[in-house]
Amino acid sequence: MGLKLDSIGHIEMGQQLGRIKVTLLALAALLSAAFAPAALAQDNEAPTAQELAEGAEAVAEAVAPPAYTPMAPTLDKGMPTDPRADTEGAMFKSLTFQDQYTETGAYALWMHDYFLLPVITFISLLVLGLLLYTIVRFSRRANPQPSKTTHNTAIEVIWTILPAAILVVIAVPSMTLLARQYETPPEDAVTIKAIGYQWYWGYEYPDHGGFEVVSNMKSAEDALADGEPFQLAVDNRMVVPAGVPLRIQTTAADVIHAFSVPSLWFKQDAIPGRLNEKLLTIEEPGVYYGQCSELCGTLHGYMPIAVEALPMDEFEAWILEQGGELPGAADAEPEAPVEEATAEGASGN
Amino acid sequence: MATTAEGFQAHHDDHAHGADHKPGFFARWFMSTNHKDIGSLYLIFAIIAGIVGGAISGIMRAELAAPGIQYLWWWAGSSPDDLAAAGHMWNVFITAHGLIMVFFMVMPAMIGGFGNWFVPLMIGAPDMAFPRMNNVSFWLTVAGFFSLLFSMFVPGGGGMGAGVGWTVYAPLSTTGAPGPAVDFAIFSLHLAGAGSILGATNFITTIFNMRAPGMTLHKMPLFVWSVLVTAFLLLLALPVLAAAITMLLTDRNFGTTFFDPAGGGDPVLYQHLFWFFGHPEVYIMILPGFGMISQIVATFSRKPVFGYLGMAYAMVAIGVVGFIVWAHHMYTVGLDVNTKMYFTAATMVIAVPTGVKIFSWIATMWGGSLEFKSPMVWSLGFIFLFTVGGVTGVVLANGGIDDNLHDTYYVVAHFHYVLSMGAVFSMFAGFYYWFPKMSGRMHSELLSHIHFWLFFIGVNVVFFPQHFLGMQGMPRRYPDYAEAFTFWHEISTLGYWITAASLIPFFVNIGYALFAGRQPGNNPWGEGATTLEWTLSSPPPFHQFETLPVIEDHHDYHDHSSGAAPQPAE
Repeated sequence: MGLKLDSIGHIEMGQQLGRIKVTLLALAALLSAAFAPAALAQDNEAPTAQELAEGAEAVAEAVAPPAYTPMAPTLDKGMPTDPRADTEGAMFKSLTFQDQYTETGAYALWMHDYFLLPVITFISLLVLGLLLYTIVRFSRRANPQPSKTTHNTAIEVIWTILPAAILVVIAVPSMTLLARQYETPPEDAVTIKAIGYQWYWGYEYPDHGGFEVVSNMKSAEDALADGEPFQLAVDNRMVVPAGVPLRIQTTAADVIHAFSVPSLWFKQDAIPGRLNEKLLTIEEPGVYYGQCSELCGTLHGYMPIAVEALPMDEFEAWILEQGGELPGAADAEPEAPVEEATAEGASGN
Repeated sequence: MATTAEGFQAHHDDHAHGADHKPGFFARWFMSTNHKDIGSLYLIFAIIAGIVGGAISGIMRAELAAPGIQYLWWWAGSSPDDLAAAGHMWNVFITAHGLIMVFFMVMPAMIGGFGNWFVPLMIGAPDMAFPRMNNVSFWLTVAGFFSLLFSMFVPGGGGMGAGVGWTVYAPLSTTGAPGPAVDFAIFSLHLAGAGSILGATNFITTIFNMRAPGMTLHKMPLFVWSVLVTAFLLLLALPVLAAAITMLLTDRNFGTTFFDPAGGGDPVLYQHLFWFFGHPEVYIMILPGFGMISQIVATFSRKPVFGYLGMAYAMVAIGVVGFIVWAHHMYTVGLDVNTKMYFTAATMVIAVPTGVKIFSWIATMWGGSLEFKSPMVWSLGFIFLFTVGGVTGVVLANGGIDDNLHDTYYVVAHFHYVLSMGAVFSMFAGFYYWFPKMSGRMHSELLSHIHFWLFFIGVNVVFFPQHFLGMQGMPRRYPDYAEAFTFWHEISTLGYWITAASLIPFFVNIGYALFAGRQPGNNPWGEGATTLEWTLSSPPPFHQFETLPVIEDHHDYHDHSSGAAPQPAE
């Protein structure tokens, strides 16, 4: 459903991406004259097959506010911080990781900030301090007669054992973190399949009827108009429920891409012929931006990711608006896996 | 000391046949079989390649100075609104920069240049074991460089050139990049790789068979140890790369599907093969640097290197462990949890022998009588900056932490700290250390100190802010970025100009030395310089050690308390 129409949308979006620096509005007007239904598919946040078929009526709908309106992003949440911003502490925030909105992300951030960073800072400063001390203390002027010491077994054993011990200590939270990141998603986790294409993302909802949302980067003008950061903003976001476990699957249709969202501490390659899967639980509603993180060709830099986490009821409303089905609805269950299987077959799984 | 050198060299004066007779220009430089001439050729080649690779990074930093596409379209010969052409041009630049710096700058300079020049001198050998093969190695490398340059001017998918990254990941490099450019880039790696394999066999044979009488493995200078370990890494790692890229070629041209899931292949297989080579490769680039730093620190501390055996076997350990950590470059491909835990633990283990080296260098200086000549300041810079690059490596080693940092600027900052600062600082240290020996001319200490401080400040301004960018989520290999990343990119680009400016005193210094530098004599660095090359004239005779030096039993070159220099056999 909607898949064929979407593929027209892809071609058109590909052209648009190629001209991102030109005033997009003129182009969009031209294109919408040529392919009215397809153009609507991207103007409208949530196109369904029916809407597209109805053509002219959809124009009216696009003007009237739809039930789902994309959430406005919160400054510094789920996006990089601009050190030049007037907000307090912007410079400091720009020096470290983005705030985390998952439990594993918070744990990883803790491990970095209170564990790794102090250790590596201490080691770097220790080496710097020793260097500076020897430079001053053992310069030719200060110490004209060099010693002949070439061995000291005790100290050599110490500086082998001690770093090894530090590493063993580091390994404890490190292994814990890995174990937590690899927790198997529960049976009832919401499955969303992110599919990398050259150069946009598709988000398939196999638990909800198997429809696919096609997500392209927003033009500079649109991003500005919508108050979103350009190069991170997309036309159709990956909408997910907040607070519940998500089963994020990634794969790709052409070359390797990587689905990455820094504020969720989540990165997973999307590889043709493979289906990677990982648990993700987003703690609170919000918009979380990310970018493709594996070199995938000419427009690698222009296929951002935007995850919009909504409360469950709003998520379900969005699903219905997309023409999807809610799991548990009669005979939706047996159908969904079939559709999923064919879709995966098509992407070379 | 002067008398011993005369002892070695006086020999050929006695013979009328003229052992120091040099061949004509073409025969000498194009058909060379002399390790010193080939070493010089490698060094000159590496400097030229470094200028090309460095200029490309200038184009990249200029482009990244502000968000949006500035100049890329111009380089692509396109129009400002052609984003696809600009993006492809960018990918060509990052690919060329990476490949040139790795295969045609660092490796030729370290192994081909300093290795060729000083391994035979330090072990008291007249030349390399296979002088003709040595020449083949060099010219294969040159041919590889031209194949890579040529690839930039033939179609490669989105435009001219290969835009697949230095890692050449399939399927972007197979189905994703039609046209001959990627084939030429792959061929370039074949040529450079073949050259390196031949070079590696040459070094191994030379070091095992041509050491002067009395020079046991445990008396070998640490630089020779480092080249020996490096040669083994090359010999074991490069054939795997050759296999992987040959499979790429057949996937591209002959219908095989090694890396294509449509035919039962797997793109991740390529990554395993590539990084099985690729991780030892990063040690190939740094180990000879370790060796040079050890020589230099000992020389200018006037003190034998501390913990010689620990230093030598730390390098061996790094080399061995370097082969079993490759998948830490692939933490996000979907490894299972046990695999990821193993690679996390194994990777962190490398910090132990590396720590031994850092502390041993400091202990070598401890109690020494330090003289801050140009090679020494570069070495001190190396020790600190390599430590900084090393500790961010410990952060990245953690598979769970890497989930956020993988393929971001944090990684770019990390590997430039260990290479652009580690490897390059050690190369400049080695260059200033041995330039008087190689050229017979003394460089200016003032200019080399200016060079050091400008370069030190410059590279730190370039790469330190990139840690911030990476933690904030800026992905690598992007020609363009969101507004929020602008500030630190601006600073980073500013650092590039400082770094570029630092090369002016470097080249002026070489020019000054060649035209006006004074004769350094056999040993300009004083009593701390105890290895055999300092017993020879500067530059050394065309053929040295026609009479092999004998390393006396009691003589440990690391222990020059006796002050005994090696004596000629007579």
